[in-house]
Amino acid sequence: MGPLPQRLRSPSVAIGGALVAFWIIIAVAAPAVAPFPPNATLQPFALPGAEFAGGQRFWLGTDQIGRDIASRLIWGARTVLLWAPIATLAAYAAGIPLGLLAGSRGGAIDAAVMFATNVLLSFPVLVLYILIIGTIGASPLNLVIAVVFAGAPGIVRLVRALAARERTRDYVAAAYTRGEGVLGVMVLEILPNIAPTLIADACLRLGYVIVTLGVLGFLGLGLPPPDPDWGGMINEARPVALAFPHIAVAPCLALVSLVLGCNLLADGLRDDRR
Amino acid sequence: MALYALRRLLGMILVMLTVSLLVFALVEATPGTVAMRVLGPYASEEQRQLWLAANGYLEPAWSRYLHWLGRFATGDFGASIRYRAPVADVLWPRLGNTAVLALWTLVVLVPVSLVLGVLAGVREGSPLDRLLSTAAIITTSIPEFASAVLLSAIFVFKLQLLPGTSAMTDGFDWRQLVLPVAVLVLYDVGYVARMTRISVAEVIAAPYVRAARLRGLSWPRVIIFHALRNALITPITVLAVQVNWLLSGVIVVEVFFAYKGFGSLLWEAALNQDIFVIQACAMVAVVVTVATQVAADLAHAALDPRLRAPAPADR
Repeated sequence: MGPLPQRLRSPSVAIGGALVAFWIIIAVAAPAVAPFPPNATLQPFALPGAEFAGGQRFWLGTDQIGRDIASRLIWGARTVLLWAPIATLAAYAAGIPLGLLAGSRGGAIDAAVMFATNVLLSFPVLVLYILIIGTIGASPLNLVIAVVFAGAPGIVRLVRALAARERTRDYVAAAYTRGEGVLGVMVLEILPNIAPTLIADACLRLGYVIVTLGVLGFLGLGLPPPDPDWGGMINEARPVALAFPHIAVAPCLALVSLVLGCNLLADGLRDDRR
Repeated sequence: MALYALRRLLGMILVMLTVSLLVFALVEATPGTVAMRVLGPYASEEQRQLWLAANGYLEPAWSRYLHWLGRFATGDFGASIRYRAPVADVLWPRLGNTAVLALWTLVVLVPVSLVLGVLAGVREGSPLDRLLSTAAIITTSIPEFASAVLLSAIFVFKLQLLPGTSAMTDGFDWRQLVLPVAVLVLYDVGYVARMTRISVAEVIAAPYVRAARLRGLSWPRVIIFHALRNALITPITVLAVQVNWLLSGVIVVEVFFAYKGFGSLLWEAALNQDIFVIQACAMVAVVVTVATQVAADLAHAALDPRLRAPAPADR
């Protein structure tokens, strides 16, 4: 693994970073760049590039109830770039302490934590999401809760493995000898040393969470309408997708480009290719 | 080996019991809601109480759980609220359809990903290797619902080559399987090929392979008879883990193409709050996932003796 500054110059990081940065800028500047209000019904089934009264164009066409797809994509970027990072961070907030605890202590705590992750990981991911959302209902907060339950076990295992590896290193022994407590060693010694791996992993998981929000929206279990959300847009487009594919294709391409950006970033930052 | 197998099987049973407890608690924690779901919103409070008493819901939760578990283990999953039929009668045919879909997916996925992975891993850094790595990142970034939309736009809308739904209402039709299988394979092939590549590259660099080469054996012979035996152990495990992802993907694909399988059943049940169907589907999904996982672990241990020893505490 090369030093970090060198890895930052890899083409994966450049392309991935550019894709993610593009969507962040779009999301932040949504009110300025969106040509129409996202929920305004203007003219149904307009094809991409069609002209609207007043010389404005529907660059990506409109959906079956006449909303401008480009504007909905732009506002939808806000939804996904707000809730996906929040959910990912929440999963890390739950996973890192548990993983550190299990990995740097071992024993009964380790066994209990690992058993819990085994139980949650034995669900096919989407089944777990459907169970949780089906039971507690779909709302932004509930989506975050579902992502924590489905995502944290993997993070716990990763952090635990990394921490268990670090635990036998000399610098940890030295820290104990200096008189640092268990908590100090975990947070001040082990955590900074495993952080680079975790950052690369976080990019990858952010991509998963974006996909998950998309899948749940697609299944009609995502954020409630009418505010635009990419997965929800695909779901709404499904009945007419075979006659007017542009309505479903646009949000798909947006989502794929953002996920690809996250995956390329993760790939470049990790760079464990030998 | 027998001890290892026993330990894994006991662990599996413990995990599944815990899962069953979770699934039971999630769906049946409050009997009042169950009665509401079963009888509908217009039932009177008195009717609900009668139903609860008649179906044993007034007993304590632990006794209800044990009864539920006993019935579940014997294949009695209760009655579907929506279909007005035993869940088992609805579930088994749907599972059969999903098995057909999964089988064809594996028939395509396994040879394609293994061959690509081996070709790339044998010559690390070759143009094919780089192409595969790049393609793998792209295909794994396209979730199933997106590739379903994109492939349908091309093959159904533009070229009009394939049907856009796979409900199979007029009996089995292979053309309706092409797109669902393609979507599932496309998402998984990159990852499995990549894992195979890493494993192959690792084995190729091992001293014993070099020794075989130095003994004068031809390169194809070394790869096929010496390297692959060890190099393909990891992909077996990877494929077993893939079953978990495949089941998630199956839900999306079945919903998109209106395929009458287990995934679309679970989805309809979730949207309609058909709680006993949700329970049964979730349990079946977990049993399939855990069983393949354990089977793969056992196969892995049979092939690689190092894994049978209990893991050292500090490593």
